[in-house]
Amino acid sequence: MSCEVVVTGMGMTTPVGGDVESNWEAVLGGHSGISVIPEAWVDDQNAKIAGIMAVNPVDVLDRVESRRMDRSQQAALVAAREAWAQAGAPEMDLDRLGTVIATGIGGVTSLLNAYDTLLERGPSRISPHMVTMIMPNGPAAIVGLEIGARAGVHTPVSACASGAEAISYAARMIQSGRADVVVAGGAEAAIHPITMAGFAAMRALSTRNDDPEAASRPYDLARDGFVMGEGAGVVVLESEEFAKARGAKILGRYAGAGLTSDGHHIAQPDPEGAGAARAILAALDNASLSTTDIVHVNAHATSTPQGDIAEAVAIRRALGPATDSAYVAGTKSMTGHLLGGAGAIESIYTMLALRDRKAPPTLNLVDLDPEVNLNVSGAGVTDLPSGDIAALNNSFGFGGHDVAVVFRSV
Amino acid sequence: MSQEDVLVGFAAIINEVAGVPVEDVQLDKAFVDDLDVDSLSMVEVVMAAEDKWGVKISDDDAKNLRTVGDAVAFINANS
Repeated sequence: MSCEVVVTGMGMTTPVGGDVESNWEAVLGGHSGISVIPEAWVDDQNAKIAGIMAVNPVDVLDRVESRRMDRSQQAALVAAREAWAQAGAPEMDLDRLGTVIATGIGGVTSLLNAYDTLLERGPSRISPHMVTMIMPNGPAAIVGLEIGARAGVHTPVSACASGAEAISYAARMIQSGRADVVVAGGAEAAIHPITMAGFAAMRALSTRNDDPEAASRPYDLARDGFVMGEGAGVVVLESEEFAKARGAKILGRYAGAGLTSDGHHIAQPDPEGAGAARAILAALDNASLSTTDIVHVNAHATSTPQGDIAEAVAIRRALGPATDSAYVAGTKSMTGHLLGGAGAIESIYTMLALRDRKAPPTLNLVDLDPEVNLNVSGAGVTDLPSGDIAALNNSFGFGGHDVAVVFRSV
Repeated sequence: MSQEDVLVGFAAIINEVAGVPVEDVQLDKAFVDDLDVDSLSMVEVVMAAEDKWGVKISDDDAKNLRTVGDAVAFINANS
């Protein structure tokens, strides 16, 4: 017996805004959050640009709590507090409250900074908070402690699919009866010379350093890689029955998810898009929806030459003729790629698109790649139809992870 | 170095590490019971004190630093 899962709270902090509504206004307005990284270390990097959080979390959080947390944990906490407050911070049986916050890389910048300390000042100067700052489950643990969650605290790690996997995992905690409410999402803050150099070594990053706001351009012929972003997105999921009983306002409806793997390559997408297409179809099946119900897709669309085409192939393979009536948007054109946070913030954008019946633009789409046979939103906002509608959020990760999540209108 | 100078120094450290208001840091206050400085934060306080006054505080020494006054006396005796 499966129950309906609804969303009663949303929170986010990203390169385009420090909360949900400022994010949505920026995304609908086509504002880019990408800029040159203002650090001396970018001088000898091939990729010198990124999406840095618009609101620095240390300016929002208490000073003492901030210094014990990695930046990814700070972002997760900021987003979780917004979401939890919007959900009305329900007083409930904490044994029935869970947390699932994903990350792609965890506290990598804290680890690398600690290594600098080790070399410069020796092992006796490593912070006693270093271990809890670098552990990948840190953001989930921080958020779980904040709300007192005791039904379980979990951290899916599947690279850039992690955030979407977290939402799926959380929904299944509710559907399987483990929890009534789960606070779920993803966080990442991994902008550091070593990570930038590593992704650049894979030739995965855009090097359009002289025009940062034009660098992330999904589906455009001139795209040359993704732009690293940072931040977090968190939602409050609960069973519809529980939400209604406590009089909570329902903001969105989780409909289902599909999770598959490519079995193809550690970093390259399957050019046939088979795994991604199976994930989309599995999500539709899980949601008891058909392809024609999907009116909008918030695509993974990282702006890499290969990835965007593989996803386009996968979407058409899964949706068939219904692809033509689904407006596809690549919001990473504005936020950059939040890695483990991406699936979470984009799930929120997807629900906001359903709420306002507006598909966001895809910034910088000047010449649509002829290999992309999709109905991609351009510079403006596209109106979505009235009535019961559904939308899809795709997330894929290095390692061949494919996650599709479907949401329905309220 | 006067006892007052060391106390002021500790107040700044404890405020930075644990957020305790500077005026609450008095000689008779216990780190754990009065100031709510947990064991991990105490490690940070010890590190910062070592750096500030150029002393070595061993784990055994640190265990005996129950109150702020104990810590101030240790610094005065060893720096």
